Amino acid sequence: MATFAHGNISISVDEDGFMQEPEAWNEEVAAALATTEGVNDLTEDHWKVVNYLRDYYLQFGVAPMIRKLCKQTGFQLKEIYELFPSGPAKGACKVAGLPKPTGCV
Amino acid sequence: MAEKSPQELIQIDLDPPRRDWRNPSVDFESRRGTWSYPAAAKNIEYMGYANPREWSPTDDDWQLPDNWQQIIHEGFKERLAKYRSLRVFMDTCVRCGACADKCHFFIGSGDPKNMPVLRSELLRSIYRNDFTLAGKLLGGFAGGRKLTKEVLKEWFYYFFQCTECRRCSVYCPYGIDTADVTMMARELMMLVGLNINWICEPVANCQRTGNHLGIQPHTFKDNIEFLCEELEDSHGIKIEPVINKKGAEVLFIIPSADYFADPGTYTFVGYLMLFKQIGLDYTMSAYASEGGNFGLFTSHDTIKKLNYKIYHEAKRLGVKWILGGECGHMWRVMHQYMDTMNGPADFLEVPRSPLTGTVFENARATKMVHICEFTADLIRNKKIKLDKSRNDKYRVTFHDSCNPARALGLFEEPRYILKNVCNHFYEMPENTIREHTFCCAGGAGLGNDENMEMRLRGGLPRGNALKHVRDAHGVNLMSCICAIDRATLPPLAEYWSPGVEISGVHELVANALVMDGEPERTVNLRGEPLKEEKEGTTDV
Repeated sequence: MATFAHGNISISVDEDGFMQEPEAWNEEVAAALATTEGVNDLTEDHWKVVNYLRDYYLQFGVAPMIRKLCKQTGFQLKEIYELFPSGPAKGACKVAGLPKPTGCV
Repeated sequence: MAEKSPQELIQIDLDPPRRDWRNPSVDFESRRGTWSYPAAAKNIEYMGYANPREWSPTDDDWQLPDNWQQIIHEGFKERLAKYRSLRVFMDTCVRCGACADKCHFFIGSGDPKNMPVLRSELLRSIYRNDFTLAGKLLGGFAGGRKLTKEVLKEWFYYFFQCTECRRCSVYCPYGIDTADVTMMARELMMLVGLNINWICEPVANCQRTGNHLGIQPHTFKDNIEFLCEELEDSHGIKIEPVINKKGAEVLFIIPSADYFADPGTYTFVGYLMLFKQIGLDYTMSAYASEGGNFGLFTSHDTIKKLNYKIYHEAKRLGVKWILGGECGHMWRVMHQYMDTMNGPADFLEVPRSPLTGTVFENARATKMVHICEFTADLIRNKKIKLDKSRNDKYRVTFHDSCNPARALGLFEEPRYILKNVCNHFYEMPENTIREHTFCCAGGAGLGNDENMEMRLRGGLPRGNALKHVRDAHGVNLMSCICAIDRATLPPLAEYWSPGVEISGVHELVANALVMDGEPERTVNLRGEPLKEEKEGTTDV
């Protein structure tokens, strides 16, 4: 298990940089993780996506369907890619501290 | 996506390496993109498997137990006694080479150890050394080889470079099931803690929640209701999904990706639209919420454990028989393992379609029917009305998913359905379809991103056949009946044959399905206008 360090933040991550202990997530961690996705400044739009993912995860224990993410945040998929260049699963979910979905996906 | 372009990737070196194949050395660092991350300790621990730890194949020290050779030797011995097939497969190969060029990974990589005969030889050489008289006496002269750490590392590399698709077995004059050889090699590696996370995490999730994705019952319900709401918004068709209904006639089992990720979600909605139209008394289960069974890629014990919930839920809910959705490897498990592992399901009835009266004799033992058999029977008996023109924007081909094709023999039903719901259907070349079908190269747990170069290499034969029908007939949609396919074929198609989308069969069924009292259809299930021609399509 690798450690990701950025400023005062030090968290354990998997090979792709996803957090291993989602409960250790906070807004500073999000900002630090965002730098690994080429996002150096989290805007209001970024936070809208991240906060939705975070709330959903706490309620449902997994990432939401991408279609639901789009519908609930009001962003089209391509707009989410503009915010998080690796996309909703690999980019936005990573910043929001969600685990990577596995299986037939 | 791999950094290499298709033009670069297709420069395949067919000169064998000069090194003696028996004396291996895999440089994992330089081969990134062609192997999968090891299983995380938390998943190994959760399942109670051996040797949980954090490690990487690029480490010199794989942190094996001190007596790892003995563990594998004993494990091998136990399995030779338990599975007669293993001994037969170890003994009978005559190295004729009929399988050599049949593997998609060999075709796409040129690596001789991806020839099924040589991949199996990696295990067979140890068998000869440890378990045959000739090997014990003559060692290397009798084709034996000692199990060293380098050999074990090579096992990890090549047995997680086999998708257990069984194309090679079709051509074997002895009928050696090479997928079984891979399964045994993986079981042996598991005994010392070697597995990959893309397999072990779904397995652990499945044990915990009933499905690969770790979707809990309230999320299961929420996802399905959301998809139904979406359908109502776009089509004005209202569906009330049925979950955990006791006393329903049929238990419907689906792959979890169908209620999580596009494009499987369109097929999922397609199933429910069909059930609504025909008034099927069905239920889904929030626990038996996964058709897939990654135990098939782990160990026989795990297959049995994860499969148990199917009959258990059928019994608890009091259904008469089981209907299964468009899932691939699930059908190898249901058709070839379930009855002997967790049956007999003598509390169920032989499946009989309530609409047509057809008795599915082929499912007499398992009590489980494939939805393509069910729907083809509805069409044949004219129980549903179909408007093919609603799929006119699509020029469709069909990818036979490995397991429904080679484990279940399901060749005609999906084609019969597609020809009844689409006006434009074209077959890929005959040596790439039906029992000869080429794998998506992401099955058996290899469909992860870190393995993308190997997936695209292995995807070359399928991609090439697809490009052929795209260029010859303007094909713009490849339909399939497997959730792994629906996840792995989109990047394959984008790379080798851009402009072709991927769908399930029941997505196209539902597009064409004329439902009672439905508002006029203007868009398909993807929300795209029905009439507009797709860009890049040409008449032929």
